[in-house]
Amino acid sequence: MSEEHKLEVHKEEAETPEGIERTRPGRTYVPRVDIFEDENGFVVLADMPGVAEDSVDITLEKNVLTIHGGVDFQPPQGYDLAHAEYGIGDYHRAFTISNEVDRDSIEATLSDGVLRLVLPRAPEAGTIKIQVQAG
Amino acid sequence: MLWRNVGDGSRSLWREMDRIRREMDRLVQSSDRFSAPAFPALNVWSNVEGVVVTAEIPGISPDDLDISIMGDTLTLSGSRHPEEISDDVRFHRRERGYGRFTRSLQLPYRVETDQVAATFDKGILRIELPRAEADKPRKVTVKAGGQ
Repeated sequence: MSEEHKLEVHKEEAETPEGIERTRPGRTYVPRVDIFEDENGFVVLADMPGVAEDSVDITLEKNVLTIHGGVDFQPPQGYDLAHAEYGIGDYHRAFTISNEVDRDSIEATLSDGVLRLVLPRAPEAGTIKIQVQAG
Repeated sequence: MLWRNVGDGSRSLWREMDRIRREMDRLVQSSDRFSAPAFPALNVWSNVEGVVVTAEIPGISPDDLDISIMGDTLTLSGSRHPEEISDDVRFHRRERGYGRFTRSLQLPYRVETDQVAATFDKGILRIELPRAEADKPRKVTVKAGGQ
């Protein structure tokens, strides 16, 4: 197992563009992802612990795929936080995708805090030659 | 202060200072990667009655998780398996880690081991450890001293 695939605890906070503020208080983190490609298309795996199925938002606008996962964490009642090693907050990340993806059949599943997105390859578009007509 | 009123020049200096300060903060923050605790990161909640420990362990099955308590030490171990994929797959990003992990934590007091409860939901482990009855603080009443 190579160095870069070790289990790590560092959670990177998402950057907000300068001058833009979040409407909701709290932190936003960048989920760690694996992205791989096979003959059928692309697969995105994102670690988003604490995200429920109904609080995941996946949008595709033009060629930007945005993943947002809301975390609704209820701290244990009557307890004080004595020691904290990780922060809690929503997850947000965006990717540009190529035209090879079949936009209508993107599938998403969530299990044990891992989001799995399957982006199938679009059927090969036939080449069309356009004749230029004399004016 | 006089020198803050000198005009735009000083204001941009302030802005520059601010930028440097933020940059420094960012550097300091990113260096916590090196002193970061072992996986998984733990949050510990406590009161006089007990302790609640939470950990983010996404992508693991509860069967692959081992929780044990020895005295006042809680030990978590398990392993996260890599996705099973064929060889002709091309990776674009590989940020998620895999492998075995073990993490021990010393609890603030002894716990009632047969009442420890653990749940695993949405990739978050939560362990509730009630404080041992024998370890709870006892109130001592002071009797008025007789002559």
